[in-house]
Amino acid sequence: MLTNKSLIAPSDFTLEEIEELLALSERVIESPARYADACKGKLLASLFYEPSTRTKFSFDAAMLRLGGSTLGFSDPNTSSTAKGETIADSARTVGKYADVIVVRHPKEGTAKLMSRYADCPVINAGDGGHHHPTQTLTDLLTIRHYKGDFGGLTVGVCGDLKFGRTIHSLVTCLARYQNVRFLFISPEELNMPAFVKEELIAKGVPFTETADLEGSISQLDVLYMSRVQRERFISEEEYLRLKDFFILTADKMRLARQDMIVMHPLPRINEIATEVDADPRAAYFEQVKFGMYVRMALIMKLLGAGEPQD
Amino acid sequence: MINVSKLKEGIVIDHIRAGHGYKIFQQLGLDRLDDVVVLMRNVESTKMGRKDLIKIETNLNLNFDVLGLIDPDVTISYIKNGERVKKIRLTPPETVTGILSCKNPRCITNQEHIGNVRFYLVDAQTNQYACEYCDARTHL
Repeated sequence: MLTNKSLIAPSDFTLEEIEELLALSERVIESPARYADACKGKLLASLFYEPSTRTKFSFDAAMLRLGGSTLGFSDPNTSSTAKGETIADSARTVGKYADVIVVRHPKEGTAKLMSRYADCPVINAGDGGHHHPTQTLTDLLTIRHYKGDFGGLTVGVCGDLKFGRTIHSLVTCLARYQNVRFLFISPEELNMPAFVKEELIAKGVPFTETADLEGSISQLDVLYMSRVQRERFISEEEYLRLKDFFILTADKMRLARQDMIVMHPLPRINEIATEVDADPRAAYFEQVKFGMYVRMALIMKLLGAGEPQD
Repeated sequence: MINVSKLKEGIVIDHIRAGHGYKIFQQLGLDRLDDVVVLMRNVESTKMGRKDLIKIETNLNLNFDVLGLIDPDVTISYIKNGERVKKIRLTPPETVTGILSCKNPRCITNQEHIGNVRFYLVDAQTNQYACEYCDARTHL
């Protein structure tokens, strides 16, 4: 039962609970109109202490499509934090108005702190470089939509694997399923951190590290792209030498399987050439839609909203 | 070789990894005791090569969590009438509250005052603990 639970880290939910959520998301995708009043009369508070238009819109759209209402802010200067209110007090107060709180904050652990003090469920919409669990749920739903199942997949993650929190969460979450195999494709400077690899080794999940996207793309069922940022490199020359290796182009796509999908948490800068957008294997804009559907399912589950009666 | 007389009444903290004795001395607040306390550093040891040792001439309540955090391999002997009456071996505590603070500058616990932040043992070999809020690893 997910009712009244908070979602702070992707590991907060069991595989059964994730299954419950994905199954509900799929029912919503099939017939969104059935759920148009599923959260009627309920209020979602979105507290965005740092800007993230994309995530805020996704949550707001999800709640509005369920017939609920939203309130909140996307600029902390307009909130009582500007007057010095603590996070704990904000949680206590907002929890009295709203039925569910969505929070994004630059400091790690903020969502957990809020969940301790709020009277209602709290959803972490990103706490610094720590967790962003609804992105992970979005990614899982996207993969399942295209691939049917997670078992037996070869998943390539490419780009900045060192600082990419969405990638860490996705990899550790997928590692809970049977027979998943990973290819970590990155420049040495941005290799997957030890804590993720240690977890995979402990679970006996196979992975390979490489800097060669072109040479490894043909093995993949899923390619998850992220951006190699200039500021992560010590020298400009090194960045210029390496950046093109990690840019997905139509030429590289020709080497990939016909049923491979390309994913990206967005915003995309230049790591996927725009020529790839027209390729039917490009799933990254559809992924945005799955993000909204999985958030609809999550809100319903946390609020204990029942399946609408026909 | 410096000789310290045998303890008649009190506590001996032995097998302290060389260099950790002063840290334990500080963390247990032994400098605030009025009783006799001896800290010996770099004592020869057949098992450890070099070790530190602390003798306390009183029976005080030791904070085993602090000891376990700094050096879980120490042994603690309680002495009465010149004889050892009890020996305790430590294990690192599974969780600690009120002793550690998170070293991650991006952690909410370093912005807002939060009482009783809990830390979980994640690696007993290296005595690493994780902050319950941000999961960053730390040790004493």
